[in-house]
Amino acid sequence: MTTMPISLTAPLSLEKTRSLIAGDKVLITGTIYTARDAAHRRLIELIEKGGELPFELTGQIIYYVGPTPASPGRATGSAGPTTSSRVDRYTPQLLARGLRAVIGKGDRSPEVAAALQEHGAVYLAAVGGAGALLAERIRVAEVVAWPELGTEAIHCFEVSDFPAIVVMDAQGGNLYASGRKKYRQPR
Amino acid sequence: MREVDVSEVTALVSRLYQEANFNLPPDVVAALESALELEESLLGREVLETLLKNAEIAARERVPLCQDTGLAAVFAEVGQEVCFTGGPFRQAVDAGVAKAWQDGYLRASVVSSPCHDRANTGDNTPAMLHTELVAGETVRITVLPKGAGSENMSRLAMLKPAEGIAGLVDFVVETVEKAGGNPCPPIFLGVGVGGTMDRAAVLSKLALLRPAASPNPDERLARLELEIRDSVNALGIGPGGFGGSITCLGVALEEYPCHIASLPVAVNIQCNSARRATGSI
Repeated sequence: MTTMPISLTAPLSLEKTRSLIAGDKVLITGTIYTARDAAHRRLIELIEKGGELPFELTGQIIYYVGPTPASPGRATGSAGPTTSSRVDRYTPQLLARGLRAVIGKGDRSPEVAAALQEHGAVYLAAVGGAGALLAERIRVAEVVAWPELGTEAIHCFEVSDFPAIVVMDAQGGNLYASGRKKYRQPR
Repeated sequence: MREVDVSEVTALVSRLYQEANFNLPPDVVAALESALELEESLLGREVLETLLKNAEIAARERVPLCQDTGLAAVFAEVGQEVCFTGGPFRQAVDAGVAKAWQDGYLRASVVSSPCHDRANTGDNTPAMLHTELVAGETVRITVLPKGAGSENMSRLAMLKPAEGIAGLVDFVVETVEKAGGNPCPPIFLGVGVGGTMDRAAVLSKLALLRPAASPNPDERLARLELEIRDSVNALGIGPGGFGGSITCLGVALEEYPCHIASLPVAVNIQCNSARRATGSI
């Protein structure tokens, strides 16, 4: 842990995500997509109806974020992670369609943990509360679907060296659980 | 009587709501710096350094500290010698919230009907307004932008008096344990004890207005605040939830008289981006 960060280029190969271990620090460069609760609901509806998705999921990274509006001259406003568990019910279906990594914060359900293992995917955490700093790593931002959802629309971000930490890996490793266990003291 | 035009209220609320979103209060920065000295986990220290760097960037670039620029919790202490002119006070406060949203490029994070359509109100109104009449002729307003990540992890219990202080501490610790990494630790805790259910909840949020590292003036309550903080830190959740010795930067507990049969306890979790700003007219 806290070794040198691993550089990742999005979209990701299965081989790459399978090699990551809970506790690894990563720096992501490439294209990632945003989605919160409302966009997830729509993605799942489309999948269930057999419709075409706004972007091909295979190998992609979804970042759970609802940025603030960009002030003039900026790609985006503040853009830190939101709580992941609100989309737990949708995540396994997206992983089954080839989604390879998600970025958020906070614990996931056992169903998500199992789906990550089944599909060789990873759950990454960005530092919650660091939205101004994280926004500096987002070079370009554009809305690719459902602009009427405002901050909840699906955005495409071009990121460079976007920092995150592997919390849940494809082997069942979980940094939240192991980290807490390591520092827990008897009351 | 002192006449105050409500346009002054609108301007003040707008300024405070923006300031709070760009500038982390100095006492909160100091609390993060102290935590950096104490944190045992290397990754935990890196998270704290990231948060301090984030605060610098937000202030310098006028980019919100966090993308969740919050619901606007507004606490107004209105001197009873003040006479407002120019329109209703409540509307003036909401106008200030909307102006801050527009001028400061804040996020519209409010839905009008939680049960059904969940349509966005579009300008981050209405404010969660708490108004209290006080002596004098000054209007003092505090704006506390409150993000949902920490608010959603907050809880309230109507304990039995027999459960006592041990029951109270257990409830707070259990609340933080369940929250884990969700509320963006390291966190602050506002604890409201007593009153009725609603009163306890308001007290827990009022407690968050107290500057970090300023204990309750009542010595016994100050000791209880430290006991809760240490019990919470023993959970090992750590900065970012990645494991560590500092989960909680401070506990502020406020109490109020309550019914002989009651022991209400409200726990309002505040994230590391503990934003607030105060000003007066």
